Amino acid sequence: CVDNLNTSPLDNDIVTSEAVYETPEDYRQVLAKLYAGFAATGQQGPSGNADIQGIDEGFSSYIRQFWVAQEIPTDEAVVAWTDPGLPEFNYQSWGASNDFVMGMYSRIFYEITLANEFIRNANGNENSMVQSYNAEARFLRALSYWHALDFYGGGIPFVTEKDGVGAYNPQPASADSVFSYIENELLAIEDQLPATGQNEYGRAGQAAAWTLLAKLYLNAEVYTGEQRYSDALSYADKVIESGAYALEDNYQHLFLADNHTADGIIFPITFDGEHTKTYGGTNFIVHAAVGGDMSATEFGIDAGWAGHRTTPQLVDKFDQENDSRALFFTEGQELEIQDIEDFKQGYAITKWKNITSDGQPGSFPEFVDTDFPMFRLADVYLIYAEAVARGAEGGNTAKAVDLVNQIRERAFGDASQNITPGELTPEFILDERARELYWEGHRRTDLIRYGHFTSADYVWAWKGNTQEGAATSDHYALFPIPSSDVNSNTNLTQNLGY
Amino acid sequence: GIVTDASDGQPLPGVNIIVQNAPSVGTSSRADGAYSLSVPSETDTLIFSFVGYIKQEVPIDGRSTIDIALSSDIQALDDVVVIGYGTQDVDDNTGSVTAVNADDFNEGAITSPEELFQGKTAGVNVTSNDGAPGSGATIRIRGGSSLSASNDPLFVVDGVPLDGSGVSGMRSPLNTINPNDIASITVLKDASATAIYGSRASNGVIIIETKKGTVGQELKVNYTGKFSVQTNRNQVDVLSADQFRNVIREQFGEDGSQYLGEASTNWQNKIYKQSLSQDHNLSFTGAVNQLPYRLSLGYSGNNGILKTSQLDRLTGSLALTPTFLDDRLKIDLNLKGMQVNNQFANQAAIGSAVVFDPTKPVKVEGENRFDGYYTWVDADGSPISIAPSNPVALLNQTNDESTVYRSIGNVKFDYTTSFLPELSATLNLGYDYSDVGDGLYTVPETAAFEYSGANEANGVRRDYSQKKENELLDFYLNYNDDLSSIDSKVDLTAGYSWEHHYSRGSEYATNFDRSSTLVVDQDTDYETEHYIISFFGRMNYTFKDKYLLTATLRQDGTSRFSEDNRWGLFPSAALAWKMHKEPFLKGIDDISQLKLRLGYGVTGQQRIGQGDYPYLGRYTYGEPTASYQFGDTFLETLRPEGYNANLKWEETTTYNLGLDYGFLNDRIYGSVETYYRETTDLLNVVPVPAGTNFTNRILSNVGTLEVKGVEFNITGRPISTDNTFWEVGFNLSHNTNEITKLTTADDPDYIGVETGGIAGGTGNTIQIHSVGHPRSSFYVHEQVYDQDGNPIEGLYVDRNDDGVVDEDDKYRYQNPDADVTLGLSSRLEYKNWDASFSARASLGNYIYNNVASSNSFYSDMLYTQYIRNTPTSIFDTDFNTEQFHSDHYVENASFLRMDNITLGYTFSDVLTAVSSLRLSATVQNAFVITNYSGLDPEVFGGIDNNLYPRPRTFMLGVNLNF
Repeated sequence: CVDNLNTSPLDNDIVTSEAVYETPEDYRQVLAKLYAGFAATGQQGPSGNADIQGIDEGFSSYIRQFWVAQEIPTDEAVVAWTDPGLPEFNYQSWGASNDFVMGMYSRIFYEITLANEFIRNANGNENSMVQSYNAEARFLRALSYWHALDFYGGGIPFVTEKDGVGAYNPQPASADSVFSYIENELLAIEDQLPATGQNEYGRAGQAAAWTLLAKLYLNAEVYTGEQRYSDALSYADKVIESGAYALEDNYQHLFLADNHTADGIIFPITFDGEHTKTYGGTNFIVHAAVGGDMSATEFGIDAGWAGHRTTPQLVDKFDQENDSRALFFTEGQELEIQDIEDFKQGYAITKWKNITSDGQPGSFPEFVDTDFPMFRLADVYLIYAEAVARGAEGGNTAKAVDLVNQIRERAFGDASQNITPGELTPEFILDERARELYWEGHRRTDLIRYGHFTSADYVWAWKGNTQEGAATSDHYALFPIPSSDVNSNTNLTQNLGY
Repeated sequence: GIVTDASDGQPLPGVNIIVQNAPSVGTSSRADGAYSLSVPSETDTLIFSFVGYIKQEVPIDGRSTIDIALSSDIQALDDVVVIGYGTQDVDDNTGSVTAVNADDFNEGAITSPEELFQGKTAGVNVTSNDGAPGSGATIRIRGGSSLSASNDPLFVVDGVPLDGSGVSGMRSPLNTINPNDIASITVLKDASATAIYGSRASNGVIIIETKKGTVGQELKVNYTGKFSVQTNRNQVDVLSADQFRNVIREQFGEDGSQYLGEASTNWQNKIYKQSLSQDHNLSFTGAVNQLPYRLSLGYSGNNGILKTSQLDRLTGSLALTPTFLDDRLKIDLNLKGMQVNNQFANQAAIGSAVVFDPTKPVKVEGENRFDGYYTWVDADGSPISIAPSNPVALLNQTNDESTVYRSIGNVKFDYTTSFLPELSATLNLGYDYSDVGDGLYTVPETAAFEYSGANEANGVRRDYSQKKENELLDFYLNYNDDLSSIDSKVDLTAGYSWEHHYSRGSEYATNFDRSSTLVVDQDTDYETEHYIISFFGRMNYTFKDKYLLTATLRQDGTSRFSEDNRWGLFPSAALAWKMHKEPFLKGIDDISQLKLRLGYGVTGQQRIGQGDYPYLGRYTYGEPTASYQFGDTFLETLRPEGYNANLKWEETTTYNLGLDYGFLNDRIYGSVETYYRETTDLLNVVPVPAGTNFTNRILSNVGTLEVKGVEFNITGRPISTDNTFWEVGFNLSHNTNEITKLTTADDPDYIGVETGGIAGGTGNTIQIHSVGHPRSSFYVHEQVYDQDGNPIEGLYVDRNDDGVVDEDDKYRYQNPDADVTLGLSSRLEYKNWDASFSARASLGNYIYNNVASSNSFYSDMLYTQYIRNTPTSIFDTDFNTEQFHSDHYVENASFLRMDNITLGYTFSDVLTAVSSLRLSATVQNAFVITNYSGLDPEVFGGIDNNLYPRPRTFMLGVNLNF
């Protein structure tokens, strides 16, 4: 009898691809995986049955990789650890076989491939619930494509739901076409997504798509050579004018264990000590920042990992006395960093905690409850202001100044540090973005937009592998396409300079 | 007089005894070995002969009592070897087949069958995984033929192929078989011998046959008892408490010395112990009319040298081999059952004992928390989770136990037709079931090393279970005929085989105290199965009893691959030429055997370690701990899995050339072989083009691996006289491998697959599979040394001369596999005394000393709020920071190990009830000669990271026959 060879999985936890999409609830659970792709690292939590291979599972977290790529190569953070591939991020000296370059890339394309599969199946389904989920899947895919464009440029492989699963080599796109694709996708779904503030917490609504469009347009010149500040302004304004969000009164509440109750978070990636356990994500952000003489208990965690501090250049941007956003830990810490591996050199940062707004520890000390605000209102205010400062059409200087001052009044507690219209310059906005948004995963993109990331006109400690800082080669503004993909997909061309 | 077996002193019944000059006068020994005979002349000579033993001629010399011990004739015992689906006269064998019989097994406190033939066979490397009681061994026949798929040989016990994967809660799946029940272990090495096992044969096949009764045998009761003491042979050299104090003060001053304590603790002494083990076996062998039987019971209690480790095993086996219908129907029934109680020590204590501060006591007086164990705590008084854990606490506060049941059995019907006696039909039905229902791992809430917070539910409780059910049906026909008209013999076999492998299990992990806030960390269960269905055939053709041809063909189907790739065809052919039967050699009496063998065959590999459905598109539900928040609810997620619909068999082609020789009536015999093996469609985990699959790495058939080798073995009997018998065996193997292809498209820039994860940092690896190099070559920086020969920290050779030392300057330096392995064994018998030893040597095997590389640098000694000890190798390097990739840590670990030395004495007339008694003393793992600086030069895989030390064992053995 040879029929026995036709087996199908016995395990209740496994469903074959043919049988998986039966009810809207099935779609909902796959959609949950698309979101969880940004938070969890596998199907077991905190580790086990990982999504991504070839890198430690905790490292492979989307938000962890994203944070490392956006923060460590900038003036906002240094890392003490010497895990393979990581120290190069302190100096902007990564190569194409760097583990973290591969990790971020793999995570982004894992997310895109997952979304393509969902969309391929949802496209044929007429259920209105499924179609609403489908719009969210397209938003998440656009978000990942934006990250791919921002980190790796336009030479990335381009795949949509029209491409299948299996052995083939995708063709590369161009920066223009990836940009247009993201733009068109977001424009196509903006009205299919739930109205602003109407979706369940954790899920993307209209304002998330608008914010992403605003951020895409704001950086358009970097991606395509063409300025789109007016479009950035108009989509930022849509978010602001929707009236669905308000600035959170207490700045630090945005980064605590119960920040799901904080105002002004447009799109979070959610984490939970009990249900979404990971060694990446905000768990990594909170743990890695604690070391030296800091008390782990005060951060609601079991023990610090003693990794991240900041450079003197970020500290300099603050009025430490009066700016409530200057959340530095200085006791036992030196300002200057001579030895990057010594946690006690460089000020530590107390912005992220696993403590609730009323001072209670999160549900578990090993795994934090703190959500990651991918998009929040203050960012949108500053996009509006920057677009105005850069001369966007349809802008209103008074409104821009008012938005900036709302942020500053929250920071200083009064209007004493408000700016005048004359002070609303692009460079001021860049510094204000650092003060408001540091350690939230924006800095690398911002510095590149201002031309400061690699150039000599702004240097910081250990940029270019010297303590005083030095310019680096311009090609570091893009990460290389990992050698693993250039080797396996012969259609791809390595980014210039690598 | 009494006739006994020289090897174990047991009485030999049925020995023929005749008078040389009066051949009609004779008798045979009775069941107790005794005989009596009236001889015509006191000056005549008696001739003792028995199948399988060396004939002896003993002058009577006027004696009235002549006791004699007959030595087994190993060559003769080997007359028939077990091969796949049948047996064969060793004389007619064409493949590379080596049998080790019970007489030749290693002696000692042995719980696992693979230790029985360690070092005995050329081309077979048995490396015990570590010194834990009942720990398994890694067996590599001719070095293995895969990269990422399994390199383990296939085990077949009494015709039942064992499930190759592990059994939960067991250290080794093989130690469920009592070594005392094993009659012979046959190793099939080349493809012409193994190809009949098709898709599982690429790494060789090991056939285990258990002992059975014989027709007409009287009841024989045998008891063996072994009592052993195990001691720790060696410790990692670490700083003593005083050295540690000095180094901390010198290096760090007050920053470090503030953490020093007053005690002097040798942590390794605290975790190891001398242990006593025992092993008892009782067997009953005999026959009731036409029903031969053997029943055995065994108990083995083995305490490891690491405190809290223990293994208790009960085994029982029954073999019935009745015949019916005038011997035309033979039934062979074997049942084996075992119960194993395991107590696993927390082996994290081994690494912790190396680095734990020696100035701290085991327990602190007045400490109410953590059961009083000294613990590093932070300013808040909470344990520092990244500081070393108290080694003694790790042992005493961990309870890790399981009880495993396993049963292997088969019934074989062998029927010969009356109308065509040349034709026989065989039906073999077998099973291999195992069950662990109560695996339990607990750490109490008081343990500092599982502390999650003052108000939290601490500790761990993990329950697991596993059930495996493997079933087998073989049916085959055999036609065996002498075609004397054309001076030929044919032996044809054709059959069908069906196997089902099923397993399910679960794991539930939570905090220790289930009544407090319930934390479910993990709640997994699984259930899976696969089938293998095969058709096979073999033809043996012998012409003029000189020219031999064997051809086999197997077609295997597995449920693990898609319908398009499911079936694989595995052919083999071999030729042999018995040169000693040619006229031109027949005149030379000194040459008793000279046989040339030439073999070719293709085998496959389907144990790919990717589950049972790697080709199938499927979705997997996530655990509750990996769910995602939508509103107020947390959704368990559904994830598409990466899959490769094109996955298929690895195929290994082997060519083998061998020469069997025997001189001086086989007083010296052995063989020389050389082989070449190429594995194509090698399964390798390769990067997936981004965007095309639900994973970034996938198993694909892409690579090619070449293995070459030479083997030589020789056995000689320098002395074989009335009261002295000496046999020496020696074997040598040389084996090399090279990866010749790794990717679909040839890319000169592709460095290869990094492998061999090490301790220290996260994600560091030390080995690489690269094209043009042996697999798992060490991938390191070349260390620069100063004029005194000391390594200069952080200074490496710029091998590509580009002015900077970076990743591109790493090079491939040596590999863990030995170039040459040697085995030497000797057995000397003098009157009632016997002495034997067995030794192994390995040349050119390299080890990465991860114990030194991850612990021996000053910056690892002081952290915020705690300090760590270091191995003394820090004085050799004086490194301040970690230098994981320095080739300084890759050491030549060539060694010579004396596996066992035994001395025995046999009493033949102790008591009337006891027919023989043998006492023996054995030292196992007597000594190791090596230059390797770490604990033990034998580390499978080549990365030394806190091995459970292999103990030195002193054993006393008793063997009683009733």
